[in-house]
Amino acid sequence: MNLSMKWLSDYVDADMPVLDYCHAMTLSGSKVEAYETEGQNISNVVVGKILEKKQHENADALFVCLVDIGKDAPVQIVTNAKNVQPNDLVPVALDGAVLPEGKIKKCKMRGVESFGMFCGLDTLGLSLHDFPYADKDGVFVIKEECSVGQDIHSAIGLDDTSVEFEITSNRPDCLSVIGLARETAATFNTKLSVPAPSFKGIDGNIADYLQVDIKNTDLCRHYCAGVVKNVKIEPSPRWMRERLRASGVRPINNFVDITNYVMLEYGQPMHAFDLRFVEGNHINVRNAVNGEKIVTLDGVERTLTDQMLVIADAAKPVAVAGIMGGEYSGIMEDTDTVVFESAYFTPVQVRRTSKKLGLRSDASARYEKGVDPLISMTCLERAFQLVEQLGAGKVIRTVIDRDYSDKTPASVEFSADWINNFLGTDIPEKDMIEYLERLEFKVENGRVYAPSFRIDIECKADIAEEVARIYGYNNIPSTEFRGVAKAELTKEQKFAKKIQNTMAALGAYEIATYSFVSPRYFDKIKLPADSRLRKAVTITNPLGEDTSIMRTTTIPSMLETLAFNYNSRNEFACLFEIGKEYIITDGKELPDEPQRLTVGMYGDNFDFFTLKGIIDELLSEMGIFGTDYVRTSDSNAFDEKSALHPGRSAVILKDGSPIGIIGEIHPDVQEIYGISKKIYIAKLLVPEMMNCAVSEITFSPLPKFPATTRDLSVICDDSLPVAAIEKAITSAVGKILEKVTLFDVYKGQQIEGGKKSVSYSISMRSHDGTLTDEQADLAMKKVLKALAAIGAELRA
Amino acid sequence: MKQQLEKIEASAKEELSSCSEIKALEALRIKYLGKKGELTAILKQMGGLTAEERPVIGQLANKVRADIEEALAEKLSSLKANQQQAKIAAESIDITLPGKHCGLGKLHPLSIVENEVKDIFMGMGFDIADGPEVDYDYYVFEALNLPPDHPARDTQDTFYISDKVLLRTQTSSVQVHVMETQKPPIRIISPGRVYRSDAVDATHSPLFHQIEGLVVDKGIKMSDLKGTLEMLMKKLYGNDCKIRLRPHHFPFTEPSCEVDVMCFNCGGKGCSMCKGEGYIELLGAGMVHPKVLEGCGIDSTVYSGFAFGLGLERIVMRRYGISDMRLLYENDLRFLNQF
Repeated sequence: MNLSMKWLSDYVDADMPVLDYCHAMTLSGSKVEAYETEGQNISNVVVGKILEKKQHENADALFVCLVDIGKDAPVQIVTNAKNVQPNDLVPVALDGAVLPEGKIKKCKMRGVESFGMFCGLDTLGLSLHDFPYADKDGVFVIKEECSVGQDIHSAIGLDDTSVEFEITSNRPDCLSVIGLARETAATFNTKLSVPAPSFKGIDGNIADYLQVDIKNTDLCRHYCAGVVKNVKIEPSPRWMRERLRASGVRPINNFVDITNYVMLEYGQPMHAFDLRFVEGNHINVRNAVNGEKIVTLDGVERTLTDQMLVIADAAKPVAVAGIMGGEYSGIMEDTDTVVFESAYFTPVQVRRTSKKLGLRSDASARYEKGVDPLISMTCLERAFQLVEQLGAGKVIRTVIDRDYSDKTPASVEFSADWINNFLGTDIPEKDMIEYLERLEFKVENGRVYAPSFRIDIECKADIAEEVARIYGYNNIPSTEFRGVAKAELTKEQKFAKKIQNTMAALGAYEIATYSFVSPRYFDKIKLPADSRLRKAVTITNPLGEDTSIMRTTTIPSMLETLAFNYNSRNEFACLFEIGKEYIITDGKELPDEPQRLTVGMYGDNFDFFTLKGIIDELLSEMGIFGTDYVRTSDSNAFDEKSALHPGRSAVILKDGSPIGIIGEIHPDVQEIYGISKKIYIAKLLVPEMMNCAVSEITFSPLPKFPATTRDLSVICDDSLPVAAIEKAITSAVGKILEKVTLFDVYKGQQIEGGKKSVSYSISMRSHDGTLTDEQADLAMKKVLKALAAIGAELRA
Repeated sequence: MKQQLEKIEASAKEELSSCSEIKALEALRIKYLGKKGELTAILKQMGGLTAEERPVIGQLANKVRADIEEALAEKLSSLKANQQQAKIAAESIDITLPGKHCGLGKLHPLSIVENEVKDIFMGMGFDIADGPEVDYDYYVFEALNLPPDHPARDTQDTFYISDKVLLRTQTSSVQVHVMETQKPPIRIISPGRVYRSDAVDATHSPLFHQIEGLVVDKGIKMSDLKGTLEMLMKKLYGNDCKIRLRPHHFPFTEPSCEVDVMCFNCGGKGCSMCKGEGYIELLGAGMVHPKVLEGCGIDSTVYSGFAFGLGLERIVMRRYGISDMRLLYENDLRFLNQF
């Protein structure tokens, strides 16, 4: 809402620095977004009177003028304007003047000195809408009451300040000059004076011109209409155009301007239409018939339903109630008799119709928020007052007034104690009443009655807010509330926080990626066509395909981020994200949103085992021990394995259940993402991890007896996983095994092709006494036997 | 004999003083004090002495031995000290060479600040609640006093999944989930992702983070809300930080307010950072609307509460002087390693 400060001053005194005004209004609840004083980018432009106009001696297209600018001596100005004559008043930009387009300096034009420039409308940032009588392309010849030498701002009324308010949806009454004047008066505790409009009118019976029937009094609670005869369509006077302009509305002609003026002033949409096109001179306010059609003012044909309210004549709809008039209903050059309509339509109906038709207007925007239900007649009277004031036509004195509105004011219980308790304040009751009365509420017999324009008042808390904002939110004290409080993170929150900190300690950088992704990501990771993961929560109105589905796997987000870093020339990266996947489950309307840890890395010093080391450290820190790594080809878990190198990827199992997947990115996928370095990625299921984590740590006593260590190298088929060897050693040594450590895997010279040499250090210890050589030898014998059984022979 | 002893002592001391190696010192010890050493050789001649001489010479011999031993020990310790000093001198390094890094990672700036806010509120006794991001219209709008035809729904720019399922536009939906499952007293915050169909630019993102707060108990007042927010701001921005409350409207709170913090740059005078206002908008808050309480089965005549919601990105960007929100979601390492 743009408020003209000049217009405001009709109703309330707000004579103060504009910054102070804006600040106080903001703090009382009408937030000022910005303000602008008109013509601020113009200076040193005055009204000049042309005394003499001569042909330039060196140029056919130029004229030399002598101009009186109210100083002792006239100035000489060279111009190319053909539309100026001696005695014309024109805006003169003097030497050093500032205009929207730049600075003006005296100069020589074809050898003749010019001490400034005449201004056209556009040079001053104006248009024909502001001064319809002006020449579009020539110099602006001023036909306003002004004096020679007068500053242009005051001369043509370019001195208003427009304040832009952000009006919240609960206060549609403030989308009007009078609404803001009320708030201004309440804020500054000054007097508001809005005179009741009145018009003289001419004799005549409205019934001779117009019949009105309201068929649906639920949706149309009040309908007022009147007729203006012998209308003269012409531009509005300057003061009206100025105010419309300051309010951000383009002046058109006197009748359209009057409807806009009343709407801006009172917040009530007005409709003016040509009586010629009202067939049968009969207006029906009724529900449309299903399939009924209307071409609205914007030239679009609309199909209506019986849920929509229309203004119809005897034959057809002429307007969609509260939204827009029909094609021929507007005011035309040759219009002679105008009907003014001022009505109250219920907000929900207007909103639904507007939404369904995809049609919005200034009127519908106001109706759907809710206008003052008791103001229709006042506004009709105001429109007629303006018609008479502008001499735009003759108003028939009698009017149509169909009033089905509920006049009971909204009221709620008033208790100063309750309000003080609720706010934490100590405001005396009489002060509260005074604040409320300033806002035009009435307090009587323990109840507060809201004025009709306050459609937002429903409960005690609403009254508390009114009191608080006039008292000043910043005058409310700050207190600490009581009560025992014991805050604690949940098990899940603690677990996630520990993962976060551990990953950072392990050298990974945390990232944050979008939860919505492109469906094309599935193809980028070569996900099988029938994968469950392709069934994603889909946004019906996405910004674009790239953000159109909720991710069912976090892996592509990580790959995109790695690719972004690679393309940013970051030599290596080790990243992690704790984020959700959104998984549709049968029979549920809402998806599951499980948390995932995703880790990704690339860089010259990284390989599969770097990542595996990080994951193992993490799992151990999180209390997850004894996991198994199986080839992705041997597991059905994780469809995303399609993105991984089949020989360099694994599903991580705990007690047979998958808790994660790890691997090198498949060369094809790597190519798709355009990274020439190898990428390693892991995804872990956070809830599953938590379920198998040991949270209690039990201390083991430090050993009393020394350990015995034996080293061992075996030769076996290259395909035998070391995990099998380790398992054989572990079970063969039994209870006295302390630790088995792989320290070398060797393939190449001295080893037969297809074989490998694997070396272990086996540490044994007993808690009962020092191990004897015999005991250790016996254990090693068992180890060799067990290894032989799986095809691993002692290296010679 | 006495002279012999004195001679030995003198010669031992002389040799010691010119000795410069620990090994040579041991040789000297053997030479003078060893089983076949010079002093032992003298003592072996004691048998030829008279009974009067014997104790005198004996005493002298013992003294000579003790003196030499002492001198030896002294020399040893001084040689060792020299040796250590030389070693230390030789071991000197260029302490300006770079350290060996063990490669610590870092948390995302959004996490850093979110964790900080969580810690502040946990210190005030707030639990952390989680809620779904894909949720029913009911939780995001209807239960928050935004019925289907409410005009404020237009301003929310909602992503819809179906007629009744959507991506939450605000973490306020968690208020309803919490109040449906928990009885007062309630004291929670709920950080999380929210979604609005804003095109990406320097200050907008279709996905961003909010932190919702909710307190419901008997006798909760608006002044408690103010006190809580003041505490939060002081902990986030220091004790000098000043806040200001402005009346505003949210359908789910009444009274409602927006909370501004005094511009850090100009201290309230108005500058380009705060667009001349002197204050910067930080969060929205208010007293929980009685309809919202009642809708969740909480008797609004017995209980009252306050709620607030703050945007995490805004705090993060201000904290670190980040002017482009896109940086937060691009995850460039050169950005991430600055926090």
